[in-house]
Amino acid sequence: MEKLSYVGKSLPRKDALIKAVGAAQYAGDREFAGMLHAAAVRSPRPRIKILSISDTAARRVPGYVTLVTYKDIKGVNKWPVVLQDYPFLPEKESRFAGETIALVVAQTARAAKKAAALVEVKYKELPFLEEPLKALEKDAVKIYGDDNVFSSFVIKKGSVDEAFKKAAFTAEGEFSTNYQVHAYLETQGAIALPESDGGMTVHSTTQCPFYVLDAVAAALSLPYHKVKILQTVTGGGFGGKEDVPALVASHAALCAAKTGRPVKLIYGRKEDFQSMSKRHPGWARVAYAADKNGKLTACRVKYVLDGGAYSTLSPIVLWRGTVHAAGPYKIANVDIKTYAAATNKVPCGAFRGFGQPQICFAQESLIDELAEKVGMDPVQFRLKNLLEPGDRTVTGQKLNSSCGLKEIVQAVRKKSGWDKKIKDRRSKPEDRGDVATGIGFSAVYYGVGLGAKGRYLDRAGAFVNIYKDSSVGVNVGNAEMGQGALTVLAQIAAETLNAPYESVKVEEVDSSKVPDSGPTVASRTTLMSGNAIIEAATPIRERIFKTAFDLLTAMGAGASQKMTACGGLFSMGGKSIDFKKVVAECWFRRLKMSEQGWYAAPRTTFKMEDGQGDAYVIYSYSADAAEVEVDLKTGAVKVIKIWAAYDVGKIVNPRLAVGQAQGGILQGMSWAVFENLTYRNGIMVNPNFTDYVLATTADKPEYDITFIEKPYAEGPYKAKGLGEIPLIGVAPAVANAIKNACGARVRSVPLLPEKIWKALKVG
Amino acid sequence: MKTGIIETKKGFFEITVAINGEKKELSVKNDESLLDALRRHGWKGTKKGCDTGDCGSCAVLLNGRPVLGCLAPAVTAHEGEITTIEGLGSVRAPHPLQVAFVEAGAVQCGFCIPGMILSSKHLLDRTPNPTEAEIRKALDGNLCRCTGYVKQVEAVKAAAQKLRGKGKRARA
Repeated sequence: MEKLSYVGKSLPRKDALIKAVGAAQYAGDREFAGMLHAAAVRSPRPRIKILSISDTAARRVPGYVTLVTYKDIKGVNKWPVVLQDYPFLPEKESRFAGETIALVVAQTARAAKKAAALVEVKYKELPFLEEPLKALEKDAVKIYGDDNVFSSFVIKKGSVDEAFKKAAFTAEGEFSTNYQVHAYLETQGAIALPESDGGMTVHSTTQCPFYVLDAVAAALSLPYHKVKILQTVTGGGFGGKEDVPALVASHAALCAAKTGRPVKLIYGRKEDFQSMSKRHPGWARVAYAADKNGKLTACRVKYVLDGGAYSTLSPIVLWRGTVHAAGPYKIANVDIKTYAAATNKVPCGAFRGFGQPQICFAQESLIDELAEKVGMDPVQFRLKNLLEPGDRTVTGQKLNSSCGLKEIVQAVRKKSGWDKKIKDRRSKPEDRGDVATGIGFSAVYYGVGLGAKGRYLDRAGAFVNIYKDSSVGVNVGNAEMGQGALTVLAQIAAETLNAPYESVKVEEVDSSKVPDSGPTVASRTTLMSGNAIIEAATPIRERIFKTAFDLLTAMGAGASQKMTACGGLFSMGGKSIDFKKVVAECWFRRLKMSEQGWYAAPRTTFKMEDGQGDAYVIYSYSADAAEVEVDLKTGAVKVIKIWAAYDVGKIVNPRLAVGQAQGGILQGMSWAVFENLTYRNGIMVNPNFTDYVLATTADKPEYDITFIEKPYAEGPYKAKGLGEIPLIGVAPAVANAIKNACGARVRSVPLLPEKIWKALKVG
Repeated sequence: MKTGIIETKKGFFEITVAINGEKKELSVKNDESLLDALRRHGWKGTKKGCDTGDCGSCAVLLNGRPVLGCLAPAVTAHEGEITTIEGLGSVRAPHPLQVAFVEAGAVQCGFCIPGMILSSKHLLDRTPNPTEAEIRKALDGNLCRCTGYVKQVEAVKAAAQKLRGKGKRARA
C-alpha cells in the first residue's frame, strides 16, 4: 500500500475549538423568530387507563398557547421503530410512569412547564408488571401479546445435555445487571419549523437522523421529501440518541404543525431519566462444561432482558446479546435461549455494547469460576479456548484472518504483569491487612455493524463535492456525537483525494443531502460511511490524478517516472504541484468534481430455528485486565488501573481512538461499581445526578491501552469498528479482580460495597 | 457594596453586571437562575446539563470564583463580575486553556467543556502550578460522559505550563 498521509495520524479534531470556546450550536442553543416552546405532560403512574385530559387550569397560565394530544396526529399513531407498539401519544392506556401523554405549547419554556403541570389527567390505575422474570410467568398480567415476550432467540448446536453429562468440570451461576443511564450531558431536544409548502424541518440532537425522518413523516403523514432533518451538534449519545430522539422530534413536529410556528422542545434531566431509553437490566443463568484438559465443551444460557413498557429496540439488542452470549470461545455444543420481557417501566434500548455487556458480565465471570475448578490460571484457561482465525463461532461463522484475539490477550497479560501478580497473590493470600489488592481478566468479541438482524439497514451514502477554490465538502448520513466521526471521515476523504486535511469539511447530517444511511450505531460509522466516501471520492481522485499527471508532464517532468501523491502535493521527476492548482485545472477542463458514494455491507445470515449463520461481517476484539483495591471492612472497591488491548483493525486517528477507549472503559467501570438506578412500585426513585452516581475525576483509574491492528480487507484503509467494545469487558474484569482480591464472588452489577461486604461475611 | 436592585415590574428586577468585562443591565425574574438568565440574554456557551447543581456544565466565574449557574439566583450576581466561556477566548483568539483542551484531545461531545474550562481557569488563577491531585480535585464537580478524564487533566497541566511561561515573559 502507498504511504498514508492522513489515515493513521493523530490529526486535530475538526469540531474541538468551536466547542471549547462555547460557540458550538447544540439544539438548545438555536433560536428562531416566533418560536414557541413545548413541555410534556407525563403519566404519574406505571400503568393507567386514561379517562380524560383537560387543560382548563393550564389555560390560565400567561403565555399558554395550546394542548397537543393524540387527536392532533394526522398520520398513523404508531412510532415506526421495529415492532411498532409504541404510539406517538397514548390514546387509552399509558404504560409507564413518565410516558408523554400530551404536550403543552406556550410562549416560553417556563410557561410551558408550568402549564403542563396544571394539565389534569383523569385516570384509572391498572395492574402493572415490574419484574421481568415474573412477567414471563404463566399467570402474570399480560401487557404485551399473550406472553409478555417482545422477542426471543435461540442458538442450538451439538448435544449440550450429553456434553454436560460427560464433562469433567462444570460451572453454573445466576447473574444480574442493573440499568445504565446514558447520562449524555446534553439532554434530548428538538426544534420543528413548519415550512411554507406544508413541510417540516426539524433540528434534532440525534445519532440517527433517518429514524427521525421516518418518525416525523409518519406522525405528520408527509412525504419524505417534505421533511428535512438537520442534526444539531450532539452532546453525547452512547446509544441514548439512537431511537428516542425520533419520538422527541415527532412531538415537537406535532406541536409545530398544530400551531404553524417553530416549536422547541428541550428535555429537563429528570424527565430525560424517566422517559428516555436505558441499558436493559439483564438476568442470566449460564453454565459451562469442560473436559479434563480444560477444553470448553458446552455452554448453556438463559438470558432475559427487561424491555420496559414498549419494545423499541429490544428485539435487536437481544439479538446481539444472543449471538455473543457464549463469549469468544470455541465451543462445540451450545444451547442459548433469550427473551426480552415487557414490564411497566421505562422502555430500554441501545446503549454502547447493545445487549452484550450484561451477558458478558455473566459469562466472563463464570469462565473465571470454571478456570478455578479446572485448576488453571484464568488467562491460560482463556488462551486454551479462545477463537482464532479459521475457527467457527457458536453461530457457525468461520472467522477470517482479521482476528487478533490471542495476541491482545497476550499483550494485556504481559503489560499488566499478570503472571507475577497472580503468583504473588497465591504465595501470600492472607497478608493483606484491611485493604486487599487483586487483578481480574476478561476477553470480548464484538460483531461490527448491524449484522444479520439489521442487514436491510446496513448501507450508507456519501456525497463528495470539490468546490472551485479546491475546498472539499462531504455529506454523510452518519452522525458526529462526540466520538469523532467528522474528523475520522475527513481523514479518509483527504487521504483518498490527496486533498489537504484542512481543506476537507464533513458536515453534520442533513437528511435531504444523502440517502438513508441507517443509524449511527454498532460501531459502524468509520466502516460504512468511510467506505461510502471512498466510493464517491475514487472517480474524482482518478480525474484529479490524471490532471495532475498532465500538468506535471507539461511542466517538463519525465513521464517515465512514477507520480507520487502525498499530503496534498503531486510530484514527478523533480517537479511538483499542489492540490489547489490541480483542482483549478480540473474545473477549467469542466471535469465532474462531485460524486455520490454508496456502500452496502456484505451479506450476513441468521437462521431463526437454530441461530446458525454468518451473523456479522467482521468482529473486533478486546481484552481487559483490572486491578482493584477492596476495603475489607466496608466492601468498598476502587479500580486502580485497567490494561486494555484492542484489535479493531487499522486505527484511523490514534489520539481519538485512545479517547474512545478511555471513555468506554470509564463508562464500563462506572456501570460496574457505581451506577444504580432504582424503581419502587413502578416509580423511578433516583432520576437525577444527585442520587444516580457517575464516576468523576476522583474515581478515574489509570489506563494502559494497546492497539493491535489486524487489517480488515473490506474496511476503509483496513479499519473495523471501535466505539463500543472498550466498555463491554470492564465489569467482569473488575468482578474477577474483586474475587481475586478478597474471595468475594459478586454476581450482580453494580458491584456495590454492601454486596461485596455481604459476600465476605456470609459467603 | 451592593446598591438596591430595582424591581421594574412585578417579579422582574434589573441587575447591573459586568459580563466578560462589559457592563450590562439585565432584566431577570425573581426566581430565575443565573444560568437561565445568561442563556436568555444570549450567553449560550453556558450549558444546562442537570439544573440540580450536580454536573458542572453551567459553571461560570462570579467575582473570580466558580459558581453553578443553575443554583445561583440571577439576582445574586447584581453588581458582580461574571466570566463565561465566551469571555475567555474566541475561535480567532482562544485562551491558552481552550487551546490546551483542543490539543490534548480533551474535547469530545464538548457539552461539559465550557464548565470544565472555567473550573480549570479558577484553579490556575490560584494555583499556577497544580499537581495532578489538585487538578482532579478542581474538576471533580464537572461530569464528563465521553472521556476517561485523562486528557482534561493533561490539558490543564499543559495550559498551566504555557501560562506560567507567559507570565515570566510578561514580568521580564
